[in-house]
Amino acid sequence: MKKRKALLKNATMFTLALVVGLAAVGPVQAQQRDSISIVGSSTVYPFATVVAERFGKAGGFKTPKIESTGTGGGFKLFCAGVGVQHPDISNASRAIKASEFETCQKNGVTEIVEVKIGFDGIVLANSKKAPQLVFSSKDIFLALAKEVPDPKGGEGLVPNPYKTWKEVNPSLPEVKIEVLGPPPTSGTRDAFLELAMERGALAFESLKKLAKEDAKKFQKIFGSLREDGGYVDAGENDNLIVQKLVANPNAVGIFGFSFLDQNTDKIQGAKVDGHVPTFENIADGKYPLSRPLFFYVKKAHVGVIPGIKEYLAEFTSEKAWGKDGYLSEKGLIPLPEAERKKVAENVKNLTVLKDVK
Amino acid sequence: MNSGRETAYSGEPQERRTIAVVRASLPRRYRSERRFRFFGLLAIVLSIGFLALMFASIIAQGYTAFRQTEIRLPIFFDPEVLHADALARADYGALIRHGLDRLFPDVRGRQERRELFALISSAAVYELRDFVMRDPELIGQTLEVWLKAGADIDMAVKGHFRRELPEDERRVTDRQFAWLDRLAAEGRLEKRFNRTFFTAGDSREPEQAGIWGAVCGSFFTLAVTLILSFPIGVAAAIYLEEFARRSRFTDLIEVNINNLAAVPSIVFGLLGLAVFLNFFHMPRSAPVVGGLVLTLMTLPTIIIAARSALKSVPPSIREAALGVGASRVQTVLHHVLPLALPGMLTGTIIGMARALGESAPLLMVGMVAFIVEIPKGFTDPATVLPVQIYLWADSPERAFVERTSAAILVLLAFLLVMNGAAIWLRKKYERRW
Repeated sequence: MKKRKALLKNATMFTLALVVGLAAVGPVQAQQRDSISIVGSSTVYPFATVVAERFGKAGGFKTPKIESTGTGGGFKLFCAGVGVQHPDISNASRAIKASEFETCQKNGVTEIVEVKIGFDGIVLANSKKAPQLVFSSKDIFLALAKEVPDPKGGEGLVPNPYKTWKEVNPSLPEVKIEVLGPPPTSGTRDAFLELAMERGALAFESLKKLAKEDAKKFQKIFGSLREDGGYVDAGENDNLIVQKLVANPNAVGIFGFSFLDQNTDKIQGAKVDGHVPTFENIADGKYPLSRPLFFYVKKAHVGVIPGIKEYLAEFTSEKAWGKDGYLSEKGLIPLPEAERKKVAENVKNLTVLKDVK
Repeated sequence: MNSGRETAYSGEPQERRTIAVVRASLPRRYRSERRFRFFGLLAIVLSIGFLALMFASIIAQGYTAFRQTEIRLPIFFDPEVLHADALARADYGALIRHGLDRLFPDVRGRQERRELFALISSAAVYELRDFVMRDPELIGQTLEVWLKAGADIDMAVKGHFRRELPEDERRVTDRQFAWLDRLAAEGRLEKRFNRTFFTAGDSREPEQAGIWGAVCGSFFTLAVTLILSFPIGVAAAIYLEEFARRSRFTDLIEVNINNLAAVPSIVFGLLGLAVFLNFFHMPRSAPVVGGLVLTLMTLPTIIIAARSALKSVPPSIREAALGVGASRVQTVLHHVLPLALPGMLTGTIIGMARALGESAPLLMVGMVAFIVEIPKGFTDPATVLPVQIYLWADSPERAFVERTSAAILVLLAFLLVMNGAAIWLRKKYERRW
């Protein structure tokens, strides 16, 4: 009984101590912030974090906090208003949409600085154990679209009849079509649809005509991936896709260039429209599947939150985003030099985004 | 059974006695018992097998992360480079380059030199800086210093890049392999205990990344959860169990509590976003908000465990206390609660263990973030262990694969300790009637 009473006493004291402790924590209103708060795209995340870390380590300012929320989620937070409880910068794997820009304006975020930071390639890759694949964007469209032009001729569309790559294009191997790619929530998938699928669809005269006449319908055609097992949602984790490719030499994966860059001993990128996805080819714009990456800055926060100007300067310095900068080592494809200069100039002057089409 | 009984009565009653019926059915019953045991055993073997498989794969992938390749360089703390008044901003990279040049004087050419400098982690300059800042006396001396190797070099030394592959298919070149061989032969290359992994915050350079930031974040978050959910949960359970009269209203509350215990955790995250962030304007990414969200999530579990602990205290205890004149509050606080406490604590710890492994609800309140600085309080931006694992699993760098597994091992160790504590508490204080 004595032991038990001691336990009770201890427990009461403990609880009391905890409650007192909480009361001390009590009013947690963050009315000021001394570190930059960044939200947005998971594609830009690996690059922004590298800059943030170096920026923090160099001393002078705290390391910015970077949340990986996705491009859309990032803009939602970014455009919610001006003030310390709202983020200062939003990373994006596409340009800001007109609707998002409007939301921003409505909530008082009127001055936004757009910073284009470089390119990201989207690669189709397979295991090193299998031969390297050579695709045209037309092949990609035929293999992955839900509906394709009737192979027997005619104007109509039929549900995708192709089972193997050889049926799509006789020069490809006789292997079942099995593509692992990102889910619909992913920005990589949106970019893949616009870059590869749309390009492939435009290779058909009938669809080209449709694109001019009924853009919405055309978008639905290149934007719908097959659901009969030829295309598999492999989740947001690109490392997982790489592992699956190694285990299954017949599968093809779709993901960002940096994952190919890190795993060149296990997987190889497919040639698309005659070009291999290499750093140089993407930088030159020869490799067709690449998209620009951005981040957006709230001008109203510059000077209020310490370090924003310096962070921008670090990001747009040659040692970061330049041709041999540390971001290129992480897989970011730099902008051409002239464009880098122009963007850096804009950033320096904090030129505000006027209008979004 | 039926047919047996029928023959026993209708046939020849003298010979077909009950014992005969029992004997006749014995083999069948033995068989069915053996079958049942076999399936039971099979179920256990199967689950242990899967568990062992999981542990084996995580440990096999993760144990290498506890050791990190380091390279010993002769560093001359050059007074030309290190000016006493600007130590923080000196060019420490120059010291490292100089050290490498000393070991490999014949390496020329831009590309070749770049490869040489890539042997050492890009973050080693900060290590060196801290080293000098701590002891400025070093300036002017030459010392042998162990510096971290770059992540790709580390992977190569650990055997993740096979040398047989063509040069352009691996991230370590032939030249670099040759230098590594020479360094190893000279005793300048060693795998040493990876202290950084346990003391640093997150980093995008795998060799600089550590889990201490996430451990601290988890600590602060769970502290808030415990502080709030234990007293509130126990108080609610005591009231419901000992004081409240059974009515439709308390039945409704009970149904709701049981329901809440089964609600997916992300829902609590959404609630936290709406209430704590948007309404109360609490800071994003702060452990205090994460703790509040996890409190909401663990409260039902704790209330249910606490109520069943109270139920298991026999009514005779209460009657005896009331009989000698104790008030109801006295009865509960002096007699019932102490007996129920071990059960309550067990339930609480199991609830806490679940909260420790949770990441989904924290996404909504901004704790899925890259945070380098170690959180020092309840309102500093922080992340937690499971989130750290998720972020590393998503990183392209190869060296993060083993670090992900190592972080999982650390998380599992914490869970093991917590569940062990729950069992120990139960064993130590439990009383059976």
